[in-house]
Amino acid sequence: MFIDQISVFVENKQGALKDILKILADGKIDLRAISIADTSDFGILRMIVPNPDGALELFRSKGVTASKTQVTGCKLSDTPGSLYHVLNTLHDAGISVEYVYAFITRKDEDAYVILRVEDNDAAQKTLLAAGHSLIDPHDLYGI
Amino acid sequence: MKYWNQQIETISRDQLESLQSERLSKTVAHAWEHCAPYRVKMEKAGLQPGNIQGINDLTKLPLTLKDDLRDSYPYGMFAVPMSHVVRIHATSGTTGKQTVVGYTKGDLDVWNECMARCLTMAGATAADIVHVSYGFALFTGGLGGQGGGETIGAATIPAATGNTKRQLQMFTDFGSTVLLCTPSYAMYLGDAVREAGIKDQLKLRIGVLGAEAWTEQMRGEIEERLGIRCYDIFGTAELMGPGVSCECAERNGLHVMEDHFIVEILDPETKKPLPDGQPGELVFSCITKEALPLIRYNTRDICTIDRKPCTCGRNFTRMGKITGRTDDMLIIRGVNVFPSQVESVLLGIPGAAPHYLLVVDRVSNLDTLEVQAEINADFPFDEVRRVEELERRISAELLSVLGVSAKVTLKPPGSVERFELKAKRVLDKRKGTN
Ligand SMILES: [Zn+2]
Repeated sequence: MFIDQISVFVENKQGALKDILKILADGKIDLRAISIADTSDFGILRMIVPNPDGALELFRSKGVTASKTQVTGCKLSDTPGSLYHVLNTLHDAGISVEYVYAFITRKDEDAYVILRVEDNDAAQKTLLAAGHSLIDPHDLYGI
Repeated sequence: MKYWNQQIETISRDQLESLQSERLSKTVAHAWEHCAPYRVKMEKAGLQPGNIQGINDLTKLPLTLKDDLRDSYPYGMFAVPMSHVVRIHATSGTTGKQTVVGYTKGDLDVWNECMARCLTMAGATAADIVHVSYGFALFTGGLGGQGGGETIGAATIPAATGNTKRQLQMFTDFGSTVLLCTPSYAMYLGDAVREAGIKDQLKLRIGVLGAEAWTEQMRGEIEERLGIRCYDIFGTAELMGPGVSCECAERNGLHVMEDHFIVEILDPETKKPLPDGQPGELVFSCITKEALPLIRYNTRDICTIDRKPCTCGRNFTRMGKITGRTDDMLIIRGVNVFPSQVESVLLGIPGAAPHYLLVVDRVSNLDTLEVQAEINADFPFDEVRRVEELERRISAELLSVLGVSAKVTLKPPGSVERFELKAKRVLDKRKGTN
């Protein structure tokens, strides 16, 4: 149950991020989730969209290099410390998390979290065994 | 066919040197007679044409610089009346006036002869279809390549540059077999061929590439993309255009057409000749040119020479690859840095693409070097950690190769400007701060 995430490498220069978002807006692409990692030199824009391959093609047609990464989505229960429990479960299993970002949906006010790990299979097994529920990509794309 | 002109290309050193001596003294007398700036220079050095009896007297002669041509803009150094000039070319310098060069009918014949030797050396014959993707117009590459292709009897296409789609269409429809262009344009066309997925439809087999410095790694990449074997060709407009020297099948240096040009390597500081094999400034004397007989012209390219005979049977001196220019050379914190060194580092690191810009500045009286380079489209750039590791690796290799530290900034694929002709790789913000 992988989620296809689209990433774009962005120059750290005024207007660069805006230009990327304009491509999405002009292409009428809905953003389900978005996260930006930035350093002083560059930024990485990561997003979940309903049609990942369509978004890749759109970027390619505009001369922007984008890539697809498989990530794991996990639902968070509506209790304090739930993200901690997710990360702690993975930590105890020796699975390191490259990055994580959370978002809230309109549908049922659930909180979702996207996890980037080296081995999605191992992470998903560990999370399910610990009683966490994973996000079905189709549910996510269709929100 | 191995040689275009076997008799002269395999001439013995002794015979060659006596031919050079005879032609040098004739050229000096011609320049003295018909070119006032030469006369003035020689008089200043206390020389008369009679003092130059042969090649042993060469080092007595003053050097000629690009500035001499600029100062005599446009025709001041022409040594024939304009009625004898049949062609004009020009180079636009990055600063100031153009340099204008002229050719008589005889000069064009020599140029075509030299280009024909180069193409033959690289393996081209009358049966080939020569695709000339240099700029035409004032730049010497286009017409020089055209003349050479026609001289060997090959069907020669003046494809020029630009309109990539049409270039590829000519490759496939016209069946081009020999490509003449700059290495960076060959790389650009190679990328386009890869993108279009048409490599198996190409008939290209040879590339004769020049007009800018390139590395062995770049040669490998071009050969892989286009399925060709590449040869380096050298020449500058001031001397003639492409064809002053070229690699033979051995690819162990570029044979200088020494019956037309005498080559020297000088110490950049003292301007004294250096022993063979030591890098220094590359200096040429034209010994058959009529319109613009430049004598001891300092190209300011950094190069080495090897006078040992080549296994191809030619005795012409071989130049090494040009490793930089004293013009392009940047002095950063007292260290000499050439853009070509940066290029070779980038080509050696998977994840980095050889499209780059050097930004030099001075902050609190200290020189700073920033290398902006493109990240490769297939690098897993999704993780900050990996991108930062790549930056650190490039920095470390630059430090070991250049001897100065550089800040590396990675840019998105395709974001660094591409050049069809000579690439501009340096932005020096220190200019005017001295
Ligand atoms: Zn040879």
